[in-house]
Amino acid sequence: MTINFSNALGLAPQALELLGQRTSVLANNIANADTPNYKARELPFQAMLKDAINGAVDPAEPMAITNAHHIDATPADSIDGDLQYRVPLLPAIDGNTVDIHVEQAAFAENTLQFQASLRFLDNRFKGLISAIRGE
Amino acid sequence: MSLLSIFDVSGSAMSAETVRLNTTASNLANAQSVTSNFADTYRARHPVFATQAVPGADASDADSDDGAMGRGVKVLGIVESNAPLTMRYEPEHPLANEDGYVAYPNVNVVQEMADMISATRSFQMNVEVLNSARTLAERVLTLGQ
Repeated sequence: MTINFSNALGLAPQALELLGQRTSVLANNIANADTPNYKARELPFQAMLKDAINGAVDPAEPMAITNAHHIDATPADSIDGDLQYRVPLLPAIDGNTVDIHVEQAAFAENTLQFQASLRFLDNRFKGLISAIRGE
Repeated sequence: MSLLSIFDVSGSAMSAETVRLNTTASNLANAQSVTSNFADTYRARHPVFATQAVPGADASDADSDDGAMGRGVKVLGIVESNAPLTMRYEPEHPLANEDGYVAYPNVNVVQEMADMISATRSFQMNVEVLNSARTLAERVLTLGQ
């Protein structure tokens, strides 16, 4: 029996990548808390993780392009398409929709989730190491 | 990597908030700078913030206006307030004009103080974000140890 890394590591790597991107999006919202007309953004984390697990489009079998007018359906690496706008609780008069408390809470929660996923991944690696050593 | 772009994002926000604090300090310092000439009187200055793409972000985001990764804040410019100057009748003032009026700057001290508190809080918030991002990046580096 061989060790399959993607099976051995479980969900944690995909979750970590998405959580890292979400950290960046939330940091952006906090950074732009005073920028006029800035609209707060958010990543639909659960839906994106589900897509990542199921493989929304199998990269090994992309849609065939048999005609010059066909549009390339390969998903871009960028997360721009998945980004959504937050529904503002109380939009400011300058068109800014960042609610700093909501962002702060989301950021704290996101940090915790990131650390939890990291812990899971770490434990998987430790399990592999002890299996390899056979102690 | 998205975690590292946070340093650019929060850094740009901190620098923008510093500009805001600077203008507040300048406004408060000059709140009583009088002149007899209206054109030369100090006017309250305020920065205008805008979202920007940070260098080092994904190349795909640099072109699109909608890119959300690796964005930050930039100061578009500093504008002078066009609120009317405060005219005070002080005929004994050495800088008074022939009618006995002195032009005081249009600095609203209460508004400046509120602005200062807001800028300070925003700065602190971005420091917290930066610290969290640094902690997360450090944890990732110690993975598997």
